Amino acid sequence: MDLYSFLREMADSFGLLALTLIFIGVVVFAWRPGSRALHDDIAQIPLRNDDAPIPEEKQ
Amino acid sequence: MSEILKLSALGLIALFAAIAANMGMDLAYQVHAVLIMLIAAGMFIWILRSVGEDKPAPANQNEYMDDVVRAGVIATTVWGVVGFLAGTYIAFQLAFPALNLDLPWTTFGRLRPLHTSAVIFAFGGNALIATSFYVVQRTSAARLWGGNLAWFVFWGYQLFIVLAATGYVLGATQSKEYAEPEWYVDIWLTLVWVSYLAVFLGTIIKRREPHIYVANWFFLSFIVTVAMLHLVNNLSLPVSIFGSKSVQLFSGVQDALTQWWYGHNAVGFFLTSGFLGMMYYFIPKQADRPVYSYKLSIIHFWALIFLYIWAGPHHLHYTALPDWAQTLGMVFSIMLWMPSWGGMINGLMTLSGAWDKLRTDPVLRMMVVSVGFYGMATFEGPMMSIKAVNSLSHYTDWTVGHVHSGALGWNGMITFGALYFLVPRLWNRERLYSLSLVSWHFWLATIGIVLYAASMWVTGIMEGLMWREVDAQGFLVNSFADTVSAKLPMYVVRGLGGVLYVAGALIMAYNLWKTATSPESQTTAQAVPAE
Repeated sequence: MDLYSFLREMADSFGLLALTLIFIGVVVFAWRPGSRALHDDIAQIPLRNDDAPIPEEKQ
Repeated sequence: MSEILKLSALGLIALFAAIAANMGMDLAYQVHAVLIMLIAAGMFIWILRSVGEDKPAPANQNEYMDDVVRAGVIATTVWGVVGFLAGTYIAFQLAFPALNLDLPWTTFGRLRPLHTSAVIFAFGGNALIATSFYVVQRTSAARLWGGNLAWFVFWGYQLFIVLAATGYVLGATQSKEYAEPEWYVDIWLTLVWVSYLAVFLGTIIKRREPHIYVANWFFLSFIVTVAMLHLVNNLSLPVSIFGSKSVQLFSGVQDALTQWWYGHNAVGFFLTSGFLGMMYYFIPKQADRPVYSYKLSIIHFWALIFLYIWAGPHHLHYTALPDWAQTLGMVFSIMLWMPSWGGMINGLMTLSGAWDKLRTDPVLRMMVVSVGFYGMATFEGPMMSIKAVNSLSHYTDWTVGHVHSGALGWNGMITFGALYFLVPRLWNRERLYSLSLVSWHFWLATIGIVLYAASMWVTGIMEGLMWREVDAQGFLVNSFADTVSAKLPMYVVRGLGGVLYVAGALIMAYNLWKTATSPESQTTAQAVPAE
């Protein structure tokens, strides 16, 4: 099989399946139970550390 | 020791540039060689003069590196005005061809890439570099990685812009839309871009916040994807090392598909993903509340990444491209509508509970209208990618209008909002010089976009219908020149829209300048109403 046909076949079979599954996985992971507190905390990031980095020793 | 290395490298570059200026086979190449020779020689002298002097103390890691962001803000403003002026001028060239001036350097064909590159890469690119450097430091709570490498990114990018722009005017182009610069300019941009990636990624790696905020995901995808697009679409072989001309490696429909894979993802990752990074930082900041739904922003990001990369073939409907590829491009373009509107809703709903701020804060109003235009352009785009619609809209001014409601409305307005946000903070000012000037800018720009988009809808659909009109015998009714003369009034209206947009940008430049230079006492002494 030439390269074009191979890639073409790959794209609309396993390639499509794999990408779709990864994407569904991402969505499920984002909506997993118990992630709300974490996401609320991340969403607050822009509203802190405006003037200076977090000092090294505080880490 | 490092000084000796730097001096030898600069000396060699200046020497080679001098030889290249002498041997150069075309004017653009020779001018660029002289330019590089002068820059290398100037840096040589500058470094030579500081040899043996004490090294400046290492930068304080507990401070943000904001001087490079300040430079980026200035560059964004200046290039923005230049790019808008160029666009308005070529808009009037289309209405009044005498403005081509009968000179090769000022024809529409050479000034058009100058305009597109100035607004996308010079204005938009500087805005993205400056805001990404600002945002990644704040959201990582860490100073930029790589020290002066950030300055190399800034100045290297300006050199890229100057080489590209002068090249177009002097006739050096590889004729790929939005990728016109010739081979050596492409190589230079690759160096700058890899450094940009290193600075950005380095800062994320040394971050002191445990999580990577979503804006950084968008910025990172923009940097990585643009690197990939740039490398693949610019695969070419120079005819000679002493000339600007190069030959593309791809040809025919492969070249066309590569070009529009590049072209559409430049829209998707330069003008969308990068600017969404701005949206996800500056709207929460200006509204002083976190983004509406962080989960939605994650899904927005991944949906955009998974879908956008396939949408390019919609630029090649009814061409030699295989039918299945055209349909694929169309289907993915329509699916893109969903994440785009998810993102728009996320940006707008960030204001829920704070809508009253729109009444008093023209900067926030600017950002919200920008998101509105994002929603409008990302509805219009999928619609135009449908083959039946595209058969009417393609090659007409409708496409031009679509691009500009996205570029002027979404990219322009969110950048203006970010600039109004950044300048008082970067120059330690209490507030902007004048909020009423921001309102003036807002209305001039909005009315300008409305004039632009509306006139292009009318003229685009009109010429699309004129082109396909056949009489009872099946002959075409209109010649191409008929459509050109029918379009004149709309072209004048479009030009006037551009004048309004430029006027708004000039008011912004004045306002930002006064904000940065007015003495502090004047701005803080203003009375604050008791609340």
